[in-house]
Amino acid sequence: MHKTLFDKVWYAHLIRDLGDEWALVHIDRHLLHDLSGPLALEELERRGLSVRNPELSVATPDHAISSEPGRTGMTLEKGGRLWRALKERTRTSGVRFFELGTPGHGIVHVMAPELGLVLPGTTLVCGDSHTCTNGGLGALAFGIGTSDVAHVLATQTLRLRKPKSMRVRFEGRLGRCVSSKDLMLDLIARFGTSAGTGCAIEYGGSTIEAMDVEARLTLCNLSIELGANMAMIAPDETTFSWLQGRPFAPSGSQFDRAVAYWQGLNSDPDAIFDREEYVDASEVPPTITWGTSPEHAIGVDGIIPHPREVHGSPAGKALEAALSYMGLEPGRPIAGTKVDYVFIGSCANSRLSDLRVAAGLVRGRRVAGGVRAWVVAGSENVKRDAEAEGLDRIFTEAGFEWREPSCSMCSAVNGERVPPRARSISTSNRNFVGRQGPEARTHIASPATAAAAAVTGFITDPRAL
Amino acid sequence: MQAFSFVSGSAAPLLIPNIDTDTIVRVEVISRSPEELGPCAFEVLRYLPGGAENPDFVLNQPQFRGAPILLAGPNFGCGSSRERAVWALLGIGIRCIVAPSFGDIFLANCYRNGLLPVVLSEENIKELASQANAEASFKADLVTLTISTSTGSVFTFEVDERRRQTLLQGLDEIEMTLKDTATIEAWQTRDRAARPWVWQPPTALV
Ligand code: SF4
Repeated sequence: MHKTLFDKVWYAHLIRDLGDEWALVHIDRHLLHDLSGPLALEELERRGLSVRNPELSVATPDHAISSEPGRTGMTLEKGGRLWRALKERTRTSGVRFFELGTPGHGIVHVMAPELGLVLPGTTLVCGDSHTCTNGGLGALAFGIGTSDVAHVLATQTLRLRKPKSMRVRFEGRLGRCVSSKDLMLDLIARFGTSAGTGCAIEYGGSTIEAMDVEARLTLCNLSIELGANMAMIAPDETTFSWLQGRPFAPSGSQFDRAVAYWQGLNSDPDAIFDREEYVDASEVPPTITWGTSPEHAIGVDGIIPHPREVHGSPAGKALEAALSYMGLEPGRPIAGTKVDYVFIGSCANSRLSDLRVAAGLVRGRRVAGGVRAWVVAGSENVKRDAEAEGLDRIFTEAGFEWREPSCSMCSAVNGERVPPRARSISTSNRNFVGRQGPEARTHIASPATAAAAAVTGFITDPRAL
Repeated sequence: MQAFSFVSGSAAPLLIPNIDTDTIVRVEVISRSPEELGPCAFEVLRYLPGGAENPDFVLNQPQFRGAPILLAGPNFGCGSSRERAVWALLGIGIRCIVAPSFGDIFLANCYRNGLLPVVLSEENIKELASQANAEASFKADLVTLTISTSTGSVFTFEVDERRRQTLLQGLDEIEMTLKDTATIEAWQTRDRAARPWVWQPPTALV
């Protein structure tokens, strides 16, 4: 009793208690990508070690590959070296590799849940901070650095200190054109980017219960922007039926047995959290960032804030620097700001439901003059499903580019950049200085808000369309 | 791993909040080895758009060039999990970062590489920053758990004891865990029976 969802999964994976809140914890699933995988596999080789459980890891190249139609792994020179290294090193170590253009390939946090590789109550890691995405299915999923990737490959475990616990309850119905992306941007603006530092967060409440799995994945995706490396949502009937029939999910009697186990994965009514917060979700507007940190977010119908309250302090200077970097004037409405680029993609918002929302707004409209707009599906399966529904045509007829699954312009590591001082509305998760390219000005928003900006050419409240 | 007991020298103040790992090292530097990342540290702050050094950036100022201690703002190292951020900081000679809070993954990466992260309150860090100049010498000591300055200030800090021992002795975590191989084996055997669905499908499809 008194156990949180996190506690239940944590204790179920404890191989050895190391004392003082430390434990040797089993890792059930390990995702490798082109940036984090090759170096760690190389480190293992250097140590003369082999991958302990290759069947529990999968690999997908996503960060440094081109999203250009007709691309191959070698389209980009630098990224091509990583693609090849990941492919070759996973082959020799027996780890399954998902090749470009084949079903299953995609951005690591899109393809893994989609294939049923992510299961409730499992521990899952990846050398990537947005691994928390996968907590949307009730997995204990978190990002790690390269040294820890090597540790997991060699031992299938990690030495971890139990984090603090935090619960955020969202109650109420979301407003029109408001998604889980808006909910999280609003939450981060409210509590700040380090509110969840050192915590495993659980999201609950009626808003979450009514959410589909893809929206839950988006919600958990942004948790690292709140400082939390781990975020979870208790699995429920929505989760179980979403998982049923996915290629790597259990089937037949194994599925029933798994569901019986998964049904016990929720926080006890008397569970105690180190911190609890409550949010009235019905009041959250479509939300967009104005600055260079995810906490610099306001309603899309809001006013660009003035740094004067914190003038002179390092925080005040940071706000002034953010405004000047973004080329914005405080005190003005953010709506109406002219945009140059629109990017619909990334592990935050590139799933089929995201593309449907965007296509719904774009249908019958044209991308505004002077705007370059891209849609980059998160995985080969998303792309194929979207094409089967004709979403690709809605986008291309409106003047969007329809590109191949990749992280693409989210982090610009593949060279797909927003030019200096150009303004971009992006459905990704980070608006850091230079994130989409040197001097690029990024506004993070939902697919609906991004689509609205694409067709009007300005930051626009999607409710007004 | 490089062991850490203490470091002394100048301390550079960079008190901006939310310095993310993209700012510490740009993601494009994927083809450099960990040892070659020094020149890439803080690229966006350190160089002007044309490529020349930015004289306003603290680590470019003569008294702070090569400072082994960085005094930082809250949420230092937030953002991506890239361990390259830690390697780049080590590459410019930083061995200790003092901040009110750190990004979780960055923090873990520091400990894996012999870089000491110290948590102090914002007021204490401001006090330290006010003493940071060409003459002042600072010492960050993991044995006594203190940060002291040549002008007489002493602040104590806390470090998780397990992490402290790992750093002091420069222990290798993979080697430590490999000693538990038999325990891991036994756990996995039990788990295969208890949660077969975790094990079967991927095995079957590989
Ligand atoms: S889409 Fe962006 S945030 Fe997601 S894994 Fe790729 S680079 Fe990281």
